[in-house]
Amino acid sequence: MSHRFSDVAALKDELAGVDYLSDEGIAGVVYLADRLQKPILVEGPAGTGKTQLAKSVSEVTGARLIRLQCYEGLDEAKALYEWNYKKQLLRIQAEGGSDEDWTDLSDDIFSDEFLLTRPLLEAIRAEEPVVLLIDEVDRVEVETEALLLEILSDYQVSIPELGTIEAKQVPLVFLTSNNTRELSEALKRRCLYLHVDYPDMEREKEIVLTKVPDITENLADQVARVVRSIRQIELKKHPSVSETLDWAKTLVLLGVEKIDEQTAASTINILLKYQSDINKALKELATADGVTP
Amino acid sequence: MTVTDAAADATPEGVGDPILDLLNGFIVQLRAAGLPVSLTENLDAMQAIRHVPLEDRETFKYALAATLVKHHNHWKAFETVFEVYFSLRGDEYQIGDELVELPEMDDDEQGDQQGSGDQQGGGGENLTPEELAEMLYQSLMRGDQQMMRGVARQAVKRYAGMEPGRPVGGTYYLYRTLRNLDIDGVLERLLEQEQNEDGEAPSDFEQRLARDEYQSRANQLQQEIEAEIRRRLVADRGVEAMAKTLRKPLPEDVDFMHASREEMASLRKAIWPLTRKLAARLQRKRRHGRKGPLDFRRTVRASLSYGGVPAEPKFRNPRPHKPEIFVIADISGSVAAFARFTLHLVYAISGQFSKVRAFVFIDGLDEVTHMFEGVEDINEAVHRVNTEADVVWVDGHSDYGHALGVFWEKYGNEIGPRTSIMILGDARNNYHASESWIIKAMNEKARAVHWLNPEPQSYWDTGDSIVGEYAQHCDGTFEVRNLRQLEAFVDNLA
Repeated sequence: MSHRFSDVAALKDELAGVDYLSDEGIAGVVYLADRLQKPILVEGPAGTGKTQLAKSVSEVTGARLIRLQCYEGLDEAKALYEWNYKKQLLRIQAEGGSDEDWTDLSDDIFSDEFLLTRPLLEAIRAEEPVVLLIDEVDRVEVETEALLLEILSDYQVSIPELGTIEAKQVPLVFLTSNNTRELSEALKRRCLYLHVDYPDMEREKEIVLTKVPDITENLADQVARVVRSIRQIELKKHPSVSETLDWAKTLVLLGVEKIDEQTAASTINILLKYQSDINKALKELATADGVTP
Repeated sequence: MTVTDAAADATPEGVGDPILDLLNGFIVQLRAAGLPVSLTENLDAMQAIRHVPLEDRETFKYALAATLVKHHNHWKAFETVFEVYFSLRGDEYQIGDELVELPEMDDDEQGDQQGSGDQQGGGGENLTPEELAEMLYQSLMRGDQQMMRGVARQAVKRYAGMEPGRPVGGTYYLYRTLRNLDIDGVLERLLEQEQNEDGEAPSDFEQRLARDEYQSRANQLQQEIEAEIRRRLVADRGVEAMAKTLRKPLPEDVDFMHASREEMASLRKAIWPLTRKLAARLQRKRRHGRKGPLDFRRTVRASLSYGGVPAEPKFRNPRPHKPEIFVIADISGSVAAFARFTLHLVYAISGQFSKVRAFVFIDGLDEVTHMFEGVEDINEAVHRVNTEADVVWVDGHSDYGHALGVFWEKYGNEIGPRTSIMILGDARNNYHASESWIIKAMNEKARAVHWLNPEPQSYWDTGDSIVGEYAQHCDGTFEVRNLRQLEAFVDNLA
């Protein structure tokens, strides 16, 4: 079994090559997932680049990205596979006149030809290397999680009529969760766990510099500082990385070179989405004395 | 050489027993700290460390974390155990004959000191307090990690007054070190310096940013100092004893009544995601809820299409059960924190109830429902409750009897058969009259009366606690000392 990555540092550089700035933890866990052939469960606040991680890894490895977006009510037919009912019906009708044996027919209509693959099965059956992204897994019901267990631990799918389909290659699997509910122990046990938090100031500045063209280093530095200060305030929803980027882009478009109170006040609605948060942050930032308890 | 090379063909047994033993010991410590580590996770961890270079401490740590810790709240506990268990005890970290690992303080070469971990200079031994203070100032000004570590080492050595076998906790040493270093003073100096450089006075906004910057550096320094103290303590007392003293409850197990200020902050942070989860869960429960009772008429109607056989039973749609909640909370001294968290939680999921009304009392009682209405920030509302509510009648010592009397007189008529009443308090009545007949009368009118007590059950009915007297008229009395218990209670209620 060949490995995708040679070591952690190299992986980190490769990710940086596709504009994803990881840190020791992120690169380390992805590296381990490759070596141990285990899925990664990525948790963290919204907008910290969880989905982007999977995309970037697929870009680095040159693997195809197969994505399963989870939602409430997701079922087997949408996640694993489905029989092409209409085609089966057509097949039966086409044979209508002839005296073909029923067993032959039923063997025939439950064959590969009539199987509609859905993302999970597709990832298993792919010949070429793939990255499987199961996005927002916390949105499905607890019962539906069980669908994932077989594929996550053994990389296989059992279809009653066809038997067990085993993976031709082991896909690299990412599950992301916004933590709106506790995932089951069974699921967690099968995965490596990675918590992606808001980046620290230095890293955020780097991210702004890579992702926002034409931004000066000075401005990026200020953006990162202001965002860090805002994250220290107790708010309903802290600004995410993507919101930081939006803000930085706005400032560049407005031709701002130095962030002062005025600019911050007039553009803060890009960072914060609750009116109460905005008021609180503005009030806090205008006081020199730092964090009030 | 990395372990990866060595272990490429090795079976798990081939890793070598010392490492396995070490890891096993570590997992025992983790479990002792309350982390749920299963056997599979244990095996995964053993697999994982075969693939990472052991000499890279950070990567090793993340490898263990990824396989053993599956919950973000447990990260801190994991980190503490890790730092203690795998504390640096190699030769170069010997405590006794340690010369000083300070980077050299030469004014000419201040620029090229960054990052070079091996750079060790002599001379630090003879640092005067003034020199140390200057180094502290410099390290904070430049945010130089290496230098901070050096300062931390020196400061602990000089100020903490650590002696082998002394039975005091790490916090005492930390306090001593920090007091002597006077970091706050240095921060002030740094800020002034900033202002002088610019010439013009910076706006509040800029000052704020600068302060946050220095504050974060100071926090970094404090962490270095803590790490240093821990390192020395481990060397003195051994790993097991240290892990035991440093063991802290997980956030969901922190006791409301004895939470330190830091723990309170972590609780406040934990409660928002918790309420979100709870609300999502309740909503889901409601949507996928049980069916209602059998609908006889429709079943018979449907049976006609099966020739009179009731093959398809029909059910009534369930009536959403939305109770009305009255929260009556004691907000005197020790139980205030508990009341505050419960109010917070109840209001965060108020969509699940048809109506929520809140009353607070000490020896008088006041309705505070209006403070929550139309307020977006529950924290602020809770703060207002604590400052504005008119709850003192005579002396500001809890008097449950009188408070309940006021409630009964003013609001008793508003209790209906759909009302659930939650009373929060430790029932320490300062030997006043209990007036427990009011609870009985309430229970006759209301759907349910629950008493939530933040005290451990073993303390109930000791001293002036008369919870037993009230309990006989309640539908249930619950010990709610931490977030876990609170969440479970509210989950059942809705």
